[in-house]
Amino acid sequence: MDQWKEKHLLGIKALDRAEIETILSLAQSFKGISQRDVKKVPALRGKTLVNLFFENSTRTRTSFELAAKRLSADVINFSAAGSSLSKGETIIDTIKTLEAYHPDILVVRIASSASLSILAKHTKASIVNAGDGKNEHPTQALLDMFTVKESKGTLEGLNVLIVGDVLHSRVARSNIFGFTKFGSKVTVCAPPTLIPYDFITIGVEVTYDFDTAIKNADVVIMLRVQKERQNSAFFPSVREYTNRFSLTPERLKMAKKDCMILHPSPINWDIEISSSIKEQVHPLILRQAENGLAVRMAVLYLVGTRKRRI
Amino acid sequence: MEHTEKIQIISSPEIKRTLYRLSHEILERTPESEHIVLLGIQTRGAYIAKRIKKIIKEIEKVELPLGVLDITLYRDDLTTIGPSPLVKETKIDFDIDGKVVILIDDVLFTGRTIRAALDEIMDFGRPKRVELMVLVDRGHRELPIRADFVGKNIPTAQDEAVEVKLKEIDGKDEVLVTKH
Repeated sequence: MDQWKEKHLLGIKALDRAEIETILSLAQSFKGISQRDVKKVPALRGKTLVNLFFENSTRTRTSFELAAKRLSADVINFSAAGSSLSKGETIIDTIKTLEAYHPDILVVRIASSASLSILAKHTKASIVNAGDGKNEHPTQALLDMFTVKESKGTLEGLNVLIVGDVLHSRVARSNIFGFTKFGSKVTVCAPPTLIPYDFITIGVEVTYDFDTAIKNADVVIMLRVQKERQNSAFFPSVREYTNRFSLTPERLKMAKKDCMILHPSPINWDIEISSSIKEQVHPLILRQAENGLAVRMAVLYLVGTRKRRI
Repeated sequence: MEHTEKIQIISSPEIKRTLYRLSHEILERTPESEHIVLLGIQTRGAYIAKRIKKIIKEIEKVELPLGVLDITLYRDDLTTIGPSPLVKETKIDFDIDGKVVILIDDVLFTGRTIRAALDEIMDFGRPKRVELMVLVDRGHRELPIRADFVGKNIPTAQDEAVEVKLKEIDGKDEVLVTKH
């Protein structure tokens, strides 16, 4: 195994293939812990993790919290709502205040892209990105890759189709960086208004035709329509979006038999995916959540057990 | 110039005989073999445990439950050794409550691995007894731990290395002592 040297996990873009493989193989070992009777190992005993969420999230935060607890770390949850931030404290001041508690790991979700590296300058702790604006959501991409590898055995040479709100999606970006590093071919499919104009330069294909694209796909990642991020009209109506970009029973029939359907959750049923195929697609999406826990344990273990500076 | 000398301390046929003797000793201590479960410590301990299982099957015609233990997450030096060591699989898919656990490793040295293994075992249940079997005891304990079944005691100096090689991963069976 290649040795892990990173202090932070800020994004998939900066990782190399060997580092991603390290995380994925560790996650495999960690998956078993959650199936035990005593679901806890002492690896991060005495470490303190702060979940620092400047944006709302329940699933990701809960997943990180449980991952940390299964590794015996102490966890503090700090969310923007109801905190000093709403009283006007700056983000930097918040970080400096938390620094007084000597945290070892800060799991941060924040609305603005690229602010994590600034935060990193104000803390001695390792920073794990739990979603920074439209930039990256590395642990989501890692759990997607883990889930695909678990079923397909490899990430090489796959056709990965990402459908939906690519423009606002950090999940899409992290997955594109991740899958292309393993030689998968990534295609994005969305209304033209929801595809960033520079995407062609990061090694992906762009299509507006879901019906054609789904036929070749080994993996389809359906993105959530992020109503909270859209302050202007990117598509005329939900009905039109659904007509062209929703995963319907008809479209699912066109896909390969072993095509995997992933979704980062929460799902808007009947917008991204028809509720009539819930029984077929939901089990795999729920397995993503299970795998997310294992992947986050692997990440926390790697950044949390780096050699102590004396 | 650094000079390293490798001396073979145990040969392949000796390893075979030793494992047969240890299997008999285990059965002698606990004749009710249905109470015995085997746990091998990753990596080489797991292979030795597999062989013990096979030998006991040959002698007693019983199939003992066999598990593997990776103690990495229970180490006491996780944050001082850095970078984070690889975590291998821990697999115990049977109940260890009330059982006689035979904990198996290749080399007993400081005893810290065994301390970690004992903690991990306790997270899986409450065995009646835990007994330790090692192929080589090389001394230099740092904790009050001793083995119940020892293949061979090899007095060593701190700076010497004991290397157990097994067919399954190293292509041949032997135990070497490396002197610097």
